[in-house]
Amino acid sequence: MILKILGKGCPNCQRLEANVREAANNLGLEATIEKVTDVKTIVGYGVMSTPALVKDEKVVSYGRVLSVKEAENLLK
Amino acid sequence: MELFLWFNDVFLKMNWLKEGIEAIAARLGLDPLDQIGASLVFFLYDTIKIFILLCVLIFIVSYIQSYFPPERTRKILGRFKGIGANLLAALLGTITPFCSCSSIPLFIGFTSAGLSIGMTFSFLISSPLVDLASVLLLVSVFNGKIALAYVVVGLVLAVLGGTFLSKLKMEDQIEAFVFKTPLMELDDVVLTRKERIDFAITQVKEIFHKVWPYVLIGVGIGALIHNWIPESWILALLGQDKWYSVPLATLVGIPMYADIFGTLPIAEALVAKGVGIGTVLSFMMAVTALSVPSIVMLKNVIKPKLLGMFVLYVSMGIMLIGFLLNAFQSVLI
Repeated sequence: MILKILGKGCPNCQRLEANVREAANNLGLEATIEKVTDVKTIVGYGVMSTPALVKDEKVVSYGRVLSVKEAENLLK
Repeated sequence: MELFLWFNDVFLKMNWLKEGIEAIAARLGLDPLDQIGASLVFFLYDTIKIFILLCVLIFIVSYIQSYFPPERTRKILGRFKGIGANLLAALLGTITPFCSCSSIPLFIGFTSAGLSIGMTFSFLISSPLVDLASVLLLVSVFNGKIALAYVVVGLVLAVLGGTFLSKLKMEDQIEAFVFKTPLMELDDVVLTRKERIDFAITQVKEIFHKVWPYVLIGVGIGALIHNWIPESWILALLGQDKWYSVPLATLVGIPMYADIFGTLPIAEALVAKGVGIGTVLSFMMAVTALSVPSIVMLKNVIKPKLLGMFVLYVSMGIMLIGFLLNAFQSVLI
């Protein structure tokens, strides 16, 4: 599974990344987590409010920091 | 009406808070009417009032805004065209969460989705200028009529701005990559009530964290104006009989980057000193609508000519609004 964190490196993006990492660990997922910071690429995903989470090229959340539990539910 | 006045006195103006602080100051041997006592009361009362209002209002407003993320606003706007579309963009601008840091993704996102320049600019003008929280704050500090006037002139400025800037036919002034950005269709993400509440709480924390220094500075300046700077000095610069009061207030406000929460105590103190309401509102509008950081951001996506027209239009518009509201001062206060 490829996960992407979209955001310009703001504290929120880092929090989202940490939570997603923890969620993937808890679920025992084989996931690579990439950070996307380029505005053009972010907007290309249709996202204007960051941070956002992309799971296998599909946007599953945007505009807020998911909790670990919410992230787990989305990654299942 | 009576219920509203009661609500306004108790929750928005918080007169009880002022009385309480005055009583405590008197207990401590301070005279709330002399300079030091009065500045202290003003500072404490305004700081506490603004922080309470900030937390409550941002919570309520963010909860409503969670229904209108920019991604959804864009989808709604995509179905409309013409001046009606500019109006809708300006209206949605008031309930879509916005910060100057998101103006670039918004600009690229709107434009690459095929929204007209007019709609994008109407949105970009109204979004920082008119939002629900600022309107309620204006009711608290001034009155309902002034808040209503602020909303109306703000929306008119945004709609006409979008229309004017699209008439210039300056599409070539937008950086080419903006149009070339490919766009993925996004599914609506439906949030539960708990997620919306979480979102609102996070927003309160973030905005509080971001604006508290501006509020303290604003209240500090307000207290200075209120009690220490002679009225004659202020009126010499910003008095109603001075033609240059509005342009001066606007030009001072433009480069400043602050939140409406920071400008309100200054506005409040200026009005108490007899400065015209139009002068004060043009200062507030200039601070919120334009700032050096927001102009620097937009420079990434718009070329200097169009950017210049945008800044020029908004500044002139705000000055015109200032003159207009000063002329109608007697109706508003």
